[in-house]
Amino acid sequence: MNSIIGTDEIGDVIVISTQGYLNKDLGEEIFALVEKNISDGKKKFIINLAQSDIVNSIGASIMIEIIEELQEADGTLAFCTLAPIVEKTFTIMGLTKYCSTFESQEAALEHMA
Amino acid sequence: MKETSEKTPTVELKLPILENMELVATQTADVVSKHMKLSSEKSDEIKMALIEACINAFEHSKSEEQIFIHFIIRENNLTIKVIDKGAGFDSAGVAIPNIESKLNSEESKRGWGVMLIKELMDSVSFESDHTGTTVTMVKNLENDE
Repeated sequence: MNSIIGTDEIGDVIVISTQGYLNKDLGEEIFALVEKNISDGKKKFIINLAQSDIVNSIGASIMIEIIEELQEADGTLAFCTLAPIVEKTFTIMGLTKYCSTFESQEAALEHMA
Repeated sequence: MKETSEKTPTVELKLPILENMELVATQTADVVSKHMKLSSEKSDEIKMALIEACINAFEHSKSEEQIFIHFIIRENNLTIKVIDKGAGFDSAGVAIPNIESKLNSEESKRGWGVMLIKELMDSVSFESDHTGTTVTMVKNLENDE
């Protein structure tokens, strides 16, 4: 089962945690949540993929759409606790040029502060 | 595990074109990788490339039939063939994606599969005509014990 398992507001940062395969369905679920929060005025997002150690390029492509949405909203996005193959995939696709990755949620939050 | 000959044991899978069936292929790849004592890094790269090859076969083959996957266990490498019976495609005509051109433009954000496969595997080849496509991907064993 793949899904969003948590949405936490920590200070002015929205932390979205997932589990399972980051495919089109989960990507769209994350996108919709980010879009809703942007419309509520939120600008800082962390996506915690600790429990999503498998991804496909469609799910990753939707992360590019999120980057685009946040650029338009003057917001920022970071990923944390990525499995090595997920980080490698994001690097190959160039996502890491536009958002930071962190080994822990705490490190990502510190960066966002 | 079907053994086509004593020296080239081959695992064959037949997958229906259904959502997320590529994960079945990754589970088989995991077992084969462990059998070959591949590192977790190589195993993960194989699984990621396999996901992309399966998705391409599902989406681009225009086929309503199954796809076929052969894991050929060789002495020096793992060769994986992903075979569909679709309409074929021109791999030379696949544009190299670039995130800079995709951001803030009308360009589709998708289209990364072939690039990822090439980056993650040691060699990749495509044979395609109007009867279908075979993607052959090789991961060498070098540096693995």
